[in-house]
Amino acid sequence: MIQLSQSAYVSLRQHGEETYPYECCGVLLGQFDDGGAEAGSEARSKTVSCIARCGNTRQDSPHNRYHIDPRDLIRIQREGRERGEDIVGFYHSHPDHPAEWSPTDLAEAHWFGCSYVITSVEKGMATITNSFELAGSDEADKKFVGEPMEVI
Amino acid sequence: MPQIQIPSPLRQYSGKQASIDVPAKTVGEALASLVSQHPDLKRHLYTGDGKLRQFVNVYVNDEDMRYLQKEATALKDGDTISIVPSIAGGCCAGRDSSVKD
Repeated sequence: MIQLSQSAYVSLRQHGEETYPYECCGVLLGQFDDGGAEAGSEARSKTVSCIARCGNTRQDSPHNRYHIDPRDLIRIQREGRERGEDIVGFYHSHPDHPAEWSPTDLAEAHWFGCSYVITSVEKGMATITNSFELAGSDEADKKFVGEPMEVI
Repeated sequence: MPQIQIPSPLRQYSGKQASIDVPAKTVGEALASLVSQHPDLKRHLYTGDGKLRQFVNVYVNDEDMRYLQKEATALKDGDTISIVPSIAGGCCAGRDSSVKD
C-alpha cells in the first residue's frame, strides 16, 4: 500500500504533463510505515509526503527512456534525511503509453521494497497513475507487484 | 572516520543501519570492511566474480569513484561514501543502452 499526500500526487502527474512528450522522473520521499515487513518478504507500506523532481539524463531518447543522475539522488537523500524523510520510491511518466511497467522498467529497477509510480500522459494530459512495488530478494527473482494507492 | 551511506533497499542487510563508520584509507578498503561486517550485502553489491555490479554507483562525497581512482580512491576523515543503485527505465521498445551485469 502506498499513501500519497494530495500535493505529491498532483505534483507528480503535473510533472508528466509539463515534460510531455518526454518522460518525466523524480523521487518519492516519506516514510516506510512502522510495522511494515522488510523488503524481500511481504509488501511494504509507505507514506509519501513530498516528491523531488529530477532531470532526465537520457536526452538521447527522452520520449521512452529516463535515468536519474545519482548525484541528484545523493542530494535528495541528504536533504530528505535532514527533514526525517527517506526515499520510498520513484515516479516517471509514460507519454501516450499505458501506466504499466515495461520490461525496461523492470530490468533497470534495483530499489527493492520501494514503489515505482507510473503515470500515463496521453496527448499532454495525465490520465491513470499506478504504483508497483519492486518485490523479490535479488536480481534473479525481482518482479513488480501492483500495490493499492491511496491519496490522502 | 569515513562513513558509508546505505540506501533503503539494502538496510535489511546492514542491521538496519543507514550509515556505517568504516576505518578505511581507500574506497576498496571501505567496501571490503562493509561486506566483511555484513556478508549478506555482498551479493547485492558484487557479481559472482567479485566485480562491483554495474548498476551500483559509488560516490565519494559528490564524485563518482569511477572518475576518481576507483577502488583505490583515497579517503579522509569526514568523507561520505554513498552507495546508490541506479534509477532508470522507460515505457517501450526503442534505443536502449541499459547495461547488464
